[in-house]
Amino acid sequence: MSARIALLGIAALVALPLVTPGYFLHLLIQALLWGFIYTAWALMGRFGFVSLGHGAFMGVGAYVPALLWNYEGLTPWIGIPLAVALSVLLAVVVGYPCFRLRVVGHYFALVTLALGQVVLLTIVAARDITGGSLGMTQKAVGHSWYALQFPEKGYFYIIALLLWLGGLLVWRWIDTGIGREALEAISEDEEAAAAIGIDVTREKLRVTLISAALTGLGGAFFGQYLMYLNPETVSGIGVSLQIVFAAIAGGMYAMLGPTVGAFFTLALTEGLRVWFGANFVGAANTIYGVLLILFVIFMPRGIAGLIEAGWRRNRAVTAMRQRSTPAA
Amino acid sequence: MDIFLLEAVINGLLLGGVLALLALGLNLIFGVIDVVWIAYADLVMCGMYAVFWLYSGLGWPLPLAFLAAIAIVAVLGVLVHVLIIAPILGSAPINQLLATGGLLYFLQSFATLVFGTDFRNIGVRLPIIEVGDLFISFARLIAFVVALIGAVALYFFLRRTYIGTAIRAIAQDRDIMGLMGVDQRRIYLVTSAIGGALAGLGACLLALQYDVHPFIGNTFGPLIFMVCVLGGLGNMIGGFVASFIVSQIISIGGYYSSVELSYVMAFTLFIVLMFIRPRGILAP
Amino acid sequence: MLSLAGVCAGYGSLRALFDVSLDVKEREAVGVIGPNGAGKTTLMRVISGLIPLSQGEMTFDGVSLPGLPAHRIVTHGIAHIPENRRLFPRLTVEENLRIGAFIPQARRHFADRLAWVYDFFPRLKERRSQPAGTLSGGEQQMCAIGRALMSRPRLLLMDEPSAGLAPLLVRQVFELVGRIRAEGFTVLIVEQNVQQILDVVDRAYLLEVGSIKLSGTSAQLKHNELIRKAYMGL
Repeated sequence: MSARIALLGIAALVALPLVTPGYFLHLLIQALLWGFIYTAWALMGRFGFVSLGHGAFMGVGAYVPALLWNYEGLTPWIGIPLAVALSVLLAVVVGYPCFRLRVVGHYFALVTLALGQVVLLTIVAARDITGGSLGMTQKAVGHSWYALQFPEKGYFYIIALLLWLGGLLVWRWIDTGIGREALEAISEDEEAAAAIGIDVTREKLRVTLISAALTGLGGAFFGQYLMYLNPETVSGIGVSLQIVFAAIAGGMYAMLGPTVGAFFTLALTEGLRVWFGANFVGAANTIYGVLLILFVIFMPRGIAGLIEAGWRRNRAVTAMRQRSTPAA
Repeated sequence: MDIFLLEAVINGLLLGGVLALLALGLNLIFGVIDVVWIAYADLVMCGMYAVFWLYSGLGWPLPLAFLAAIAIVAVLGVLVHVLIIAPILGSAPINQLLATGGLLYFLQSFATLVFGTDFRNIGVRLPIIEVGDLFISFARLIAFVVALIGAVALYFFLRRTYIGTAIRAIAQDRDIMGLMGVDQRRIYLVTSAIGGALAGLGACLLALQYDVHPFIGNTFGPLIFMVCVLGGLGNMIGGFVASFIVSQIISIGGYYSSVELSYVMAFTLFIVLMFIRPRGILAP
Repeated sequence: MLSLAGVCAGYGSLRALFDVSLDVKEREAVGVIGPNGAGKTTLMRVISGLIPLSQGEMTFDGVSLPGLPAHRIVTHGIAHIPENRRLFPRLTVEENLRIGAFIPQARRHFADRLAWVYDFFPRLKERRSQPAGTLSGGEQQMCAIGRALMSRPRLLLMDEPSAGLAPLLVRQVFELVGRIRAEGFTVLIVEQNVQQILDVVDRAYLLEVGSIKLSGTSAQLKHNELIRKAYMGL
């Protein structure tokens, strides 16, 4: 891609809010934010480290700045980094022992599931400060940089765009580093990878922490944008599965896959809402469910994956295999 | 001992009964087919709705509604295996988890579509029994007894019948079952049906005590997984024991603080135990 | 009774058997000998239906076997004792035997069969309630054979029955094979232990690198130069 086209593209993206009606902008912002979060999940998921508990990080990311703002008047400029740090801490506390003790596959998925539930239940249990299942809203102060609140959607559009691009950059960064090949080796065969000297625990932890941090970040801005938090929409098993589904549907092995998943699921929800009206609450998810099943059976690499993924992955693993000495 | 604490302990015991039944079902399926049905609790939810619909909606007598519900969920179990599991038996375990995750989504939303999000109750009010100063819910007591009977029945089925023995055998050495004249697929189907039937039975027992709504699976589903993993995935006895341990934690924890916090405690303990004994606390 | 003609089989793209033809007549004991990796186990698995064949014909008493799943082949009267016994370790001896009688025609006569097997292997009767995984090597072999006999087979396929056993036990196992023969069973045995197997069987085939290189009566093979040099160390 030549630099000029890229520049034009960016200019177009930035100028978009000026020509887009409010509602579509609202959808676009959500698509970008969710795309960012799905991408964050797929950073781990693509190597087979499937977490069914990313709702935990999103929930922490969303609630912490909101609570700090409402009760302490603490600006989200501090609140959000704190939330991200907390997400990372959570990931370390759970991830480190898991990886150290080789808790993998089913066991790992179920531990993450438990984690997601713990966060949700904690939020609900602390209903006195979080509002429990009824949710909470941040104290609105109108347009304010200090509070990171912008009633005009354009600002959040830029934020969402930057986040999304940032997520892609991180993906790129992981892809082009030696880390990626190590992770692929680990996902192929953990024992063999350890045998050739890869620090399995460290590599897995690293990608997990990044994934958790970004998800927390996404959750934080999601909360800031919507100005309403509900434990079921930002944490728990429902959200966690939604993340997994969208990332897989879009194709978690390709960089733009999760983003495709975000647009796909959003379009589906909106389309169904328009078509069925408010009468058919639950129709969208019903279709999601069926689609997830069908995708897993027939298209495990998702939409984007049909195009690109398998080739790149095989190439890297083959190169890795050729380079590594056989275990004695 | 404080009378309320004693009550909590007893309640915990009774609660453990149904949990144990469901854990048996999940462990059975995992031990034999090597898949975790993430949507298992939602099959229970379907069973509860079936009871509700047949009894409160169509006016069937309760025992008949119960039997029908068990049969319905058993059939559901077979369908799950045939339509979702069988096509991806060879895939990575993660794919199987995700496929049943999709089923979870589907069942919950479908239930929402059909029944709405309101809490439904079959409206059967069973008395509270007084034993000295203790108050015990009769419904819960019955649930416990029936669950135990179910567990014992399962035990004898697995021990004494040919199919039961084959089910235990296939969990130990899958590949040579053909040499014994055993059709693997048939065993999988039977196992799925039994798993479903256990879920159906659990549904009947839960319907006696709780309201049903589409997302009720999310409340005890993760609990069942936790119990199974604690006892060692596939380990029927382990899951059985772990059920009672967990139910005690929840019951006693709930006595000292709120219900949700007791769940938090249980889950946190689970995460911690996973690190101490990743293969399950009762693993060999 | 059993007849293979031009059988080719393998695992995916890896071919293990090339144009194998052999036959086993009723009441015979036939051996298949050859080095490690020659394809002997593959041969057994093809006959019992665990592995499909890619070419060739296979009939048992006139019934064509290819395409039949393993659990159906058992009902035709072929029982396969796999390499390394493959007992169900956490099931008791008796439960292992019970599984052997899973097919309907065996279930009907389970009690009789069980009594017969216990007669044949008194040691198993002693250990009937023990988990099979706790048995000694020789006892496990007995249990594996007993389990196969529970299905009332007409042809017994034995894959390396002496593998992993101490020399004394090896001799016992081959004595067992002799006793089984005496009961009228037809046996096809795959073995690495050439010396002892040739004493037990009527005929044998030499399988090397997936093809039959030699065949003949055991007397003939015992005096065959190639076999003596390569497999009997003479």
